Amino acid sequence: MASRYPLTPGITRLARRVPIELGRHHALPRVQRQQSSLARAAATAVRCFSSSRPRQLQQTQQRCANNTKFTSETYPEIKRDGRFATITADHVSYFRGLLGTESAVIDGVTSDSAADDLEPFNSDWMRKYRGHCKLVLKPGSTDEVSKILKYCNDNMLAVVPQGGNTGLVGGSVPVFDEIVINLSRMNQIIDFDEVGGTLVAGAGCILEVADQFLASKGYIFPLDLGAKGSCQIGGNLSTNAGGLRLLRYGSLHGTVLGIEAVLPDGTIVDDLCKLRKNNTGYDLKQLFIGAEGTIGIITKVSIQCPQRSTAQNVAFFGLESFEKVQQAFREAKGQLSEILSAFELMDEGSQALIRDVTKNRKPLDDKYPFYCLIETSGSNADHDSEKLQAFLEDVMEKGIVSDGTLAQDETQIKALWAWREGITEALGHLGGVYKYDVSIPLKEMYQLVEDTRARVDAAGLLGDTDDHPVRAVVGYGHMGDSNLHLNVSTRRFDKRVEEVLEPFIYEWIEKRQGSISAEHGLGLQKKKYIGYSRNPTMVGLMRQIKTFFDPNGIMNPYKYL
Amino acid sequence: MSALRILVPIKRVIDYAVKPRVNKTQTGVETAGVKHSMNPFDELSIEESVRIREKKSAPGGVEDICVISAGPTKAQDVLRTAMAMGADRAIHVEVKEGDDLEPLSVAKLLKAAAEQHKSNLVILGKQSIDDDANQTGQMLAGLLGWPQATQASKVEFGEGDSVTVTREVDGGAETLRAKLPLIITTDLRLNEPRYASLPNIMKAKKKPMEKKTLADFGITAERRLKVLGVTEPPARQGGGKVDDVDGMVAKLKELGAI
Repeated sequence: MASRYPLTPGITRLARRVPIELGRHHALPRVQRQQSSLARAAATAVRCFSSSRPRQLQQTQQRCANNTKFTSETYPEIKRDGRFATITADHVSYFRGLLGTESAVIDGVTSDSAADDLEPFNSDWMRKYRGHCKLVLKPGSTDEVSKILKYCNDNMLAVVPQGGNTGLVGGSVPVFDEIVINLSRMNQIIDFDEVGGTLVAGAGCILEVADQFLASKGYIFPLDLGAKGSCQIGGNLSTNAGGLRLLRYGSLHGTVLGIEAVLPDGTIVDDLCKLRKNNTGYDLKQLFIGAEGTIGIITKVSIQCPQRSTAQNVAFFGLESFEKVQQAFREAKGQLSEILSAFELMDEGSQALIRDVTKNRKPLDDKYPFYCLIETSGSNADHDSEKLQAFLEDVMEKGIVSDGTLAQDETQIKALWAWREGITEALGHLGGVYKYDVSIPLKEMYQLVEDTRARVDAAGLLGDTDDHPVRAVVGYGHMGDSNLHLNVSTRRFDKRVEEVLEPFIYEWIEKRQGSISAEHGLGLQKKKYIGYSRNPTMVGLMRQIKTFFDPNGIMNPYKYL
Repeated sequence: MSALRILVPIKRVIDYAVKPRVNKTQTGVETAGVKHSMNPFDELSIEESVRIREKKSAPGGVEDICVISAGPTKAQDVLRTAMAMGADRAIHVEVKEGDDLEPLSVAKLLKAAAEQHKSNLVILGKQSIDDDANQTGQMLAGLLGWPQATQASKVEFGEGDSVTVTREVDGGAETLRAKLPLIITTDLRLNEPRYASLPNIMKAKKKPMEKKTLADFGITAERRLKVLGVTEPPARQGGGKVDDVDGMVAKLKELGAI
């Protein structure tokens, strides 16, 4: 009885349904592979589009990186800031002495042999940005981070803090020869309060590892996103990542209770508060959340984790129009209220691309212009599924939903999620992607995709054949948070595409008082466009804050503001 | 050729994606509050039955697809799922939680059911993933005196009630031909089960479900086997991580490997 060993049915089924993800199974963090349930590991891989770096992806990265243009070539208008010193052998020997172990320093300054080892730290996973970094430091403690930053600040050496390097706007890779400070060694889970649910962990802790630790205690990390197998929680905080659970658990600005950070002058900001309530003075930790490493480096995190729901249900359905999607959303909020944990939107275009790449069996027989995925989480499976069934019957009868399916088991839950979470990866397989992560009032949310598609088409760039640089203009996103991901999938780089898209999209969003970056941040890509979403007074105040914390400007230069 | 009357036995088991835990008394696996769903091999059986009908692959057509499950009231959930996937009707044989049937009792029950419902084809999962017995189909064939084709990866119908079954064996495939009535057990490559669509889930609620007891089939839950103990497999000894080559060399020396 004990042996449920032939878990093969699931694996083979998964293999058929999600070949790509299974192929990447090896790229999961070690902890996960140790799980006795292989099937679960394979299934979780569905949610992972990047790998734990730098080990496994290194080879592909190198191969691709060679084709990737240097950021400094793509953006010739960005000039290296002459105030910054160039790294010398003396600097390197200081860092070697400081960090001790051989593996904590990847040195391309005094020898050329490390060039390959540096590549993964120099480029982003989308192969859009590539820097000239010659030195990577991997501190193992807050004290080491402090000493590194103080030395860099004193010697005018620019730095780029880096976590899992899964960002989408080029914020975590250097532009010129900035030193990369990678936090992957600071990956300890330091403390967990089993009664209160407060987790304290090092910034380099991988999100999925933290979540699995919490799962064993009956809790859940209040953040979940596609890159969870690679991204680090310090990076999540620095970019104020949103993700799939925001609808239910709110943003990191609410769930983070405290942080420990290091300022450029080496000052350790110890605000590792574990209290939910603390009205004493300015809430300075909020400045670090979403600062993208421009004012300091987050080294530890204290976060409030909610109880993990024991019962989860997932439904997936097809709808005829965006009008109906909105109706379904309203009904879902009304009828599912407290158990609704995700309401995700996908258009047919995005699903067609996944089908092309994965060849998976599609959940519904027919095609519909829109698909939605609803997830409920609660404590009582029977109660939830009764509610969900009643809701589904209701929206079917009212004709809001044309067809749909309800996951019957865990495998189906994961397979259905793959149709939403796998979009980013599928697009990545097909070539370059222009990604816009925007927030627009719900009513007009999908209009942006239609207007953009029409514009690209009118310019003669969109088509099914190789003559056209653009393969598809698709939209998907977190309906529950009014957050749309507009993706333009291209066959090759073509300057005309960018000219058609920008600043058109930003102006479109500005007119509707939307945000040009809902959850991805500014990084390098959106630095110039902050003005579309923030007024000059706000930007001015931000600049003052930056100067206050980082008077020498060594922290993640050329980006953000 | 005679029209097919297919009987599909299904079982409610701990969801295969859930990690089972041994209970405190070490007599079995913890089932309370654990997600259950249909045995994955049984999904293949249902899918195959529905495909035989949809693709009209049997010359005589499919007259009836009946699913049957013996288990607690909750087993009705998987029966509904089976009907949402395309089965016509269901039989639920109420067996109290914890009073699990042994494969022989299940086979006896299925024999009675196949006779009562005039089935001429029984498609079973090759095994259930909870006790992994892989016996029920074979025992049923013995009790009924029907031919059996186990671990099927392909099922084709020919003239005069003949059925050709490709089965998975070590090192390749084996092709068998037999005549109805027949027992088939399913293996993974047979098909890919469908998602139950919402309209079909709703329709399934109106399909007939007969509620029976073991006594209705003249069966008693006789126990021939006794579980002495259930234990977790030994925990894997964690590996160590070294920071660099020097660390590795030191570690290897320490272990006496070099």
